[in-house]
Amino acid sequence: MAEETGSRNIVPRYIDASPIGARFAETVVEITEALGEVTVVARPEGLVGLMTYLRDEPTLRFNYLSDIGGLDLGEFASPRFAVSYQLYSLDHNHRLRVKVFLDEEDPVVPTVCGIWKTANWLEREIYDMFGVTFEGHPDLRRILMPADYEGHPLRKDFPLKGY
Amino acid sequence: MGLETKIGEVLPDVLTTRLDSLVNWARKSSIWPATFGLACCAIEMMAMTDPRHDVARFGAEVFRASPRQADVMIVAGRVSIKMAPVLRRIYDQMPEPKWVISMGVCASAGGVFNNYAIVQGVDKVVPVDVFVPGCPPRPEGLIWAIMKLQEKIEREKVFTEEPAKTMVQLA
Repeated sequence: MAEETGSRNIVPRYIDASPIGARFAETVVEITEALGEVTVVARPEGLVGLMTYLRDEPTLRFNYLSDIGGLDLGEFASPRFAVSYQLYSLDHNHRLRVKVFLDEEDPVVPTVCGIWKTANWLEREIYDMFGVTFEGHPDLRRILMPADYEGHPLRKDFPLKGY
Repeated sequence: MGLETKIGEVLPDVLTTRLDSLVNWARKSSIWPATFGLACCAIEMMAMTDPRHDVARFGAEVFRASPRQADVMIVAGRVSIKMAPVLRRIYDQMPEPKWVISMGVCASAGGVFNNYAIVQGVDKVVPVDVFVPGCPPRPEGLIWAIMKLQEKIEREKVFTEEPAKTMVQLA
């Protein structure tokens, strides 16, 4: 669409992720699409390899990590936690979302700090708010709450008020 | 009493007063606030100093960037848990005598921010002299607080700890 309407249409497209799913068959669990937005659900084990490919492959070039979001699906959900990466390519003006689901007992996901430097603070925020550990992070400590703060405030079982 | 009359007759340019009244008059006429704007209340705090409201009429227009030169800390906005130790340190750095005005509902009681991040009332961190209601309070409201603080300063005892007891003993 963007090519047809020229420079006036600056809304980024989501890419067709099925070739990525075929290439990373062991890492990619499923590919979903909703409202024109494509999400690649991946396993934490192969995340770094997948992300490195997404950044370096010339036709993809996801050179900008827009945001990392944390998600708590509730105390009774399994898997309980999710971390979602919003990727954007400044070269191609397209987007992709990568999502990783994590168990409550061991919410650990490998860091992507080595791929995008901006992940450093974004992952610290997720760690602060949800208690998700990012393995290999160079400086994993709280970023918003005081260092001596107890608990992770955006977890569903954290009290809404009274603090 | 005859003393003032006698002094007045002999030395007509001499004025007698209580030392407390004199010191308190000097203190209340020049309350320099420490700059401590935390949120939207700070905008109204700044508006208080503008020509329309002109808090200079009450001697409280000199906002100091250093707590060493300030008399009153106007806590203008919501205090996060992370900001609380900073606020306390600035309060501790202010020389005596010092006062605190809690401006707006957020600083006074947390306001709409009843959540994990905000201190539910700055009186948990520092002793507050005057609470100002409002979200945010208008500049007039803050000027009212300064006038209330002036009334409070007028009643303070500078040189005697318990003046009432002393008077009872003399009687």
